[in-house]
Amino acid sequence: MKLNELTIKQAIDGLRKKEFSALDLTESCLDQIARLNPLLNAFLTICNKEAINAAKQADEKLRIGDKSPLLGIPIALKDIYLTKNIRTTASSKVLDNYIPQYDATVVKKLKDAGAIILGKLNCDAWAHGSSGENSDYGPVKNPYNVEYTPGGSSSGSAASVAADMSIASGGTDTGGSIRLPAAFCNVVGLKPTYGRVSRNGIIAMSSSLDSIGHFTKTVEDSALYLNVTAGKDSFDATTPNLPVPDYSKNLNKSIKGTRIGIPKEFFTEGLDKKIKEKTMEAISFFEKQGAEIIDISLPHTDYAIAAYYIIQPAEVSSNLARYDSIRYGNKRSYFGKEAKRRIMLGTFTLSAGYYDAYYKKAMKVRTLIKKDYEEAFKKVDAIITPVSPTLPWKLGEKINDPLKMYLSDIFTVTANLAGIPGLSVPIGIIGPSTSSEQAALPVGMQILGPQFSEELLFNLGHQYEIGNPNKEKPQL
Amino acid sequence: MKYIPVIGLEVHVELKTESKMFCGCSADYFGKEPNTHTCPVCLGLPGALPVANKTAIEWCIKIGLALDCKISLLSKFDRKNYFYPDLPKGYQISQYDKPFCEKGSISIRSGNNTKTIGITRVHQEEDTGKLIHDIVNEKNVSLIDFNRSGVPLVEIVTDPDFESAGEVINYLKKLQQIVRYLDVSNADMEKGDMRLEPNISLKLSGDQELPRYKVEVKNINSFRFVEKAINYELKRQEELLEIGETPKQETRGWNEKKQITQSQRSKEEANDYRYFPEPDLPPFRFEQSYINELKNGLPELPEQKLYRFQSEFKLTLYDAEILTREIELADYFEKTVKTGKAKNLNPKQIANEIINKKVNIDEISPEVLAGQIQAKFQFTKVDKKELEEAIKKVLRENEKAVKDYRSGKIQVIGFLIGLVRKETAQPIDTLIIKNLLQKELSKQ
Repeated sequence: MKLNELTIKQAIDGLRKKEFSALDLTESCLDQIARLNPLLNAFLTICNKEAINAAKQADEKLRIGDKSPLLGIPIALKDIYLTKNIRTTASSKVLDNYIPQYDATVVKKLKDAGAIILGKLNCDAWAHGSSGENSDYGPVKNPYNVEYTPGGSSSGSAASVAADMSIASGGTDTGGSIRLPAAFCNVVGLKPTYGRVSRNGIIAMSSSLDSIGHFTKTVEDSALYLNVTAGKDSFDATTPNLPVPDYSKNLNKSIKGTRIGIPKEFFTEGLDKKIKEKTMEAISFFEKQGAEIIDISLPHTDYAIAAYYIIQPAEVSSNLARYDSIRYGNKRSYFGKEAKRRIMLGTFTLSAGYYDAYYKKAMKVRTLIKKDYEEAFKKVDAIITPVSPTLPWKLGEKINDPLKMYLSDIFTVTANLAGIPGLSVPIGIIGPSTSSEQAALPVGMQILGPQFSEELLFNLGHQYEIGNPNKEKPQL
Repeated sequence: MKYIPVIGLEVHVELKTESKMFCGCSADYFGKEPNTHTCPVCLGLPGALPVANKTAIEWCIKIGLALDCKISLLSKFDRKNYFYPDLPKGYQISQYDKPFCEKGSISIRSGNNTKTIGITRVHQEEDTGKLIHDIVNEKNVSLIDFNRSGVPLVEIVTDPDFESAGEVINYLKKLQQIVRYLDVSNADMEKGDMRLEPNISLKLSGDQELPRYKVEVKNINSFRFVEKAINYELKRQEELLEIGETPKQETRGWNEKKQITQSQRSKEEANDYRYFPEPDLPPFRFEQSYINELKNGLPELPEQKLYRFQSEFKLTLYDAEILTREIELADYFEKTVKTGKAKNLNPKQIANEIINKKVNIDEISPEVLAGQIQAKFQFTKVDKKELEEAIKKVLRENEKAVKDYRSGKIQVIGFLIGLVRKETAQPIDTLIIKNLLQKELSKQ
């Protein structure tokens, strides 16, 4: 096994036992990036020099027994995380030359914990999209089949971990931008509770929906990563002052008696039959472990996409106003089609005379969706659904049909509207099938829980993983 | 009068908090090197988030309480979206439909009449940066100083209750006095701590309804311009109405050089601010007990102090008004009264001394002043015989003056009093000398 294929857990063990150095580990990742990035286009900026220096420093600290939780672990960050002195573009040419003056709170926390930043990852420009194709720097390719989308908007973040270019990666999830690409790339993706991780220094997309999460190879790694990033931040008024538990502590708790809800609204006609089968298989695994499977209803799910595509563009139109051609180098004309579409949509729905009919109504729907979940969580501890109604699609397939593209978020947006956490866990590969020209592509399930229930999600996800080992790696 | 002016006011008061509204930068920007009081938040850099200043919110609520407002237990910030180079985020964080304070009132005096002005709302927002138009390397440029960006502002909106520029000025003075009493703003118009925008229109005398137009006037940067700008605008509108035209609903700016108001923006070009709740700041839920605490913590306000000074110290309205105009002077007066008590000084004597002598309160302490007044009014108890001797001596030596007095030139008594003083070389009450002198002179 190559070093870059290790998990966070394995790498930390190896580093502390001096089986290899942080420099060995980092170089192994950088080699993989050099080999695969021309093919996958996951990285926009590769920080060779900075990473090597940071690795050497990490080795110094390891030598004196420093136990910082991510010491020496090479990671990469979606390019909407501000990184001091490292170009940050949001994958938009508007910020082509933008060098931030400060680190995002999460970046600072990761660095303080000893993580090594390998570089900045491609994504849909301003995180607008579900396929990665809205990037002004070209689309990211799916490591399982380069003709297919890796999912978006955190496309590079998912591909980077799936292709072992980084041990873990940072992303953001506003309507599914972590969970969907995680499912499409066979990796673990966490969208934490809204406010659990600080948004300070993350280029804002839709402030009331943005969640700062991450991609890892295992659920256990996801817990270790959240241990570092979670918590109250005095620079973000939406982070509550709640204690941060050790998320890795209860991974092995028995799930016997855990009540898992299956919402009927997520298993309707639009859902791919094979995905449905796979998801039901995963659910039956939990049942065999002693969990109680309960049919539930989230009655307002049908209205989620409509509400989401009013609230989110409204906030986008306001958040992007600062890129006004006066600052940041490039003019407003550098905005791509999708950003312009959302600015127009949001400006329209917030305009005098339309606000009540659109924004206000959408906010009411949002409250109803929140209540749906509150009601559901009186009956069950967690909810399991598919992440996406379809398998990854071919690059170019939906790019000219924004509405179709928006509908791929149908199973993920409700968690953002309700502010609850969601964990995307791989449940296998579908295909190849010669009869339907179906390539072999990954599928994921989504485990949802009440606000601040990440511990339970990790517990369920980890139990699934140890019961279903031998995850298929991409052939690259 | 054919037309009655209908005037409402928007006043912005800049708070003198230590830090800005949504970041830790110093809010004390006046006269500072440009762009030295800035950070990612007040520069509106990508990723930066606002965190609300608790003190500023408390002060905003205090202003609302002082203006007799209802305080909203549920409140929130909103984004006001518009484009301007001095607004780095492309939106201003303000309050739209749930301001901290609503529905208050204030009474103002003009002459002997008092009038109640309705306060529509008192809300909180942030200031913008400042554009500076300059010539650099022989080129006309516009520069932006962000030191002011994010400084806390409180906006106080009145009902359209004013009927003259004079009432507006009385209100402004009162408001200025209140925020200074609360110690929350310097409220110096010339420095831009206090800015006003009147909405002006005219209605026919006897009309019950508000006019269908209003004209907002901006750029009134000094107390001196308030009257001129309002009166100019009233005259302009009257002239239009007289020839059968309705003035346009628009924003006009006061041009101090030309002494006129000029059109800046018409209704058609008016901004649609696309207000929506600020998602970066959670809404506020105040406990009534917290509001009560703030209310109980309010200092004595100018109006209360005015009445107390009249009743407690038996001062005239005129004296009380002068003494309570500024809280520093009022405090100084009260301290002098307190130390003066032991010296048997009465408050009226002290008030007279402070008002008539225009005492410099920064240089003379209340104790020193009380001493000075005492010296002036307290006299050595003189031996009556000794005084009578001195009087007799003076009268003997000034026959001409005595004659003059007796022939009706009674004002010479002052001259004689002075001589007696000199003779005794002691601080003796003028009244005593005068009485004895008169007695002696009437003896013949």
